Amino acid sequence: MIKRFLYSQKVAPYVFVLPFILVFLVFWVYPLGSSLSMSFQKVTLGQDAQWIGLDNYTKLMGDKTFFKAVANSAVYMVLTLLILIPFPMLFAVLINNKFMWGREFFKSSFFFPALTSVVVAGTIFRLMFGEMEGSMINSILGIFGIEPMKFLKGQVTGYIALVALATWRWTGVNMLYFLSGLKNIPDDYYEAASIDGASAWQKFTRITMPLLKPTTIYVLTISIYAGLAMFIESMMLWNGNNSPKNIGLTIVGYLYRQGIEKNNLGYAAAVGIVLLAITMIINLSQLAFSGMFKKED
Amino acid sequence: MKRKWLVMMLVLTMTTLLFGCGSKSSSSSKGESSVLDAGAGENATELSYWTFVELHGQHFEKMLEKWNAANPDRQIKLNVTVMPYDDMHNKLSIAVQTGVGAPDIADIELGKFPDFLKGTPQLVPLNDVIDPYRDTIVKSRIDLYSKDGQNYGIPTHVGASVAFYNTEILKEAGVDYKSIVTWEDFKQAGIKVHEKTGKYMGTADTSATWQVSQLLAQQGTDLTDDNGNPIVNSEAMVKALKLLKDLQDNDVIATIAGGQPDTEEAYGEFNSGNYATAFMPLWQMSRYTNYMADLSGKIAIAPIPVMEKGMPRSVGGGGTGTVVTKTAKDVQLAKDFLAFAKLSLDANKEIWNTLGFDPVNMDVWDMKDVTHNPENKFVKYFINNPFDVLNEIKNEIKLIKSTPASPTINNVLCTVTLNEIFEDGKDIKKALDDAQAQIEQELK
Repeated sequence: MIKRFLYSQKVAPYVFVLPFILVFLVFWVYPLGSSLSMSFQKVTLGQDAQWIGLDNYTKLMGDKTFFKAVANSAVYMVLTLLILIPFPMLFAVLINNKFMWGREFFKSSFFFPALTSVVVAGTIFRLMFGEMEGSMINSILGIFGIEPMKFLKGQVTGYIALVALATWRWTGVNMLYFLSGLKNIPDDYYEAASIDGASAWQKFTRITMPLLKPTTIYVLTISIYAGLAMFIESMMLWNGNNSPKNIGLTIVGYLYRQGIEKNNLGYAAAVGIVLLAITMIINLSQLAFSGMFKKED
Repeated sequence: MKRKWLVMMLVLTMTTLLFGCGSKSSSSSKGESSVLDAGAGENATELSYWTFVELHGQHFEKMLEKWNAANPDRQIKLNVTVMPYDDMHNKLSIAVQTGVGAPDIADIELGKFPDFLKGTPQLVPLNDVIDPYRDTIVKSRIDLYSKDGQNYGIPTHVGASVAFYNTEILKEAGVDYKSIVTWEDFKQAGIKVHEKTGKYMGTADTSATWQVSQLLAQQGTDLTDDNGNPIVNSEAMVKALKLLKDLQDNDVIATIAGGQPDTEEAYGEFNSGNYATAFMPLWQMSRYTNYMADLSGKIAIAPIPVMEKGMPRSVGGGGTGTVVTKTAKDVQLAKDFLAFAKLSLDANKEIWNTLGFDPVNMDVWDMKDVTHNPENKFVKYFINNPFDVLNEIKNEIKLIKSTPASPTINNVLCTVTLNEIFEDGKDIKKALDDAQAQIEQELK
């Protein structure tokens, strides 16, 4: 009986997906549900939570620091999208080119930063962008006669450091996604195009870019998510969650500040739910716009 | 084509999962654990202790040996875990909240303490073990860790604020630190120092409220009113910041990397002699001996300048309350040991010897054999003896109250307001009004 059940062709697929479903239920659906309910509660140390209706959300709408955090995360996301999609794509195409020398060297050196821990990288970037005259960036600026800058205390300069860190760290990863996408494009197309007299630019825009579309959409989706959920980079760069004038505060950073640092878990849950809503709206509309939900033929 | 789509969705979900996990694991750090035997026998009870200051563990090790020798039937093995400041408090608050995994004994820093007193505190009242020592210790330091007459934490030090002067720089400019009594004296001295040496007399702190507290205490006010409500835009506060801003405008003080003297970046700046003065609680001494070796024999300790002669010259700054959690294995044993290790006369002497703190038992301040011991590393490092200064200001040490609003007040001032004033030159009254509004909004 059991044997027949296990060997049944109808049951087998479900057995195989069961581990994923279980993990999904325990680590995603349950926490999501409980944070949703928590966002309507006031949660205090070691005591029963009280239901307070929409209070957390109405407070959130009048919270300037929260909007500062949302703006920070949004700007960071847009900047990373502008840098971390075109450039890795370009590098991937260059590295994929048979006439390029040192391909393996470039591939591994671009990817190398992704292997370092964000904690180490963030700390080193903090020292590089330090405000002392002797810090690396300031001593380079000094060669050109520019006065030392307080990078991590200003909004724009702080973001230069933050985006530099993200670019350094993620270019290689996105490049690898594009490289694997490029490997799936048959050489025949390019040969045919060459015979027809297409220029390199035409080949790139008419063959490479359209055929890379699924990869691009994938990279775009995870980059939107990663940009909005960024936290550790900022925390390490500013040596803690409290950057001057909150210039480096992200949505997740604000969630952490309220929930963990201030023990206000109910309010933090509301922040988390808003973050989820924002991410879902952006990503779903992006996927719909790029035709991912269209019926396949 | 359909299969490809499914595969992609699967990869997508898995990567997002990975993203989530990756960022969490890299931020957590386990901390360092070590079990202190200190001559304990087999029947000893093992207690766990969390702290964010490694030195505190060394102090407990010394006191544990004495305890185990004196109490053969109640011996203790102490399992000490040292974690970074934020990590430790965050973990402790989660452990206390869930009632699982909290240590028996823990250090909680003053700035975080009010969070642990919200609602019904999940800590054990320590009144009965404090009572035998109550007359010998500074009352206000116990009050900091109390709620509704229950004392939940045992203090470590008084933290009297003093001025640390780099006499080498002052000599170069022809300034005698002993002649600095008022802020006006300090300003004139600072202008001289900057003209002659190009160095700054002091720091304009953007990430700590030590200076603000000192200036408020001089005027007899506080960051909160009698009911514990924030009053950060009070006249006294405007006056205090105007004074500091004026010093900054005259190149007497300047902002420092790290934002305040007690940071890694600032240790380096002080050590290379770029700033002559720090106004800090006395425990800054241990930062000098540990991180600023080049300044040995150059630093003098003196009372902080005042706005007008006769104003109180010091305020207690910072502090660590050691607590016993409700989930402790043996609550009575933990309480008794804690009182022995931090409140007994012996303990107070060791707190000075090992940690270089000003002990809460002020009788120790007068024991010349303890405070003027020529072998002590703190006595060796500084030009004058800190206790000579402490005894001079003994009756002038004021207190900035710790209230449920304090963590929020500190957060807003240290991340936003002080930066706006000293880095961006925002109007002081406007910056403080904004801060008051923001704090009220957050406390709603």
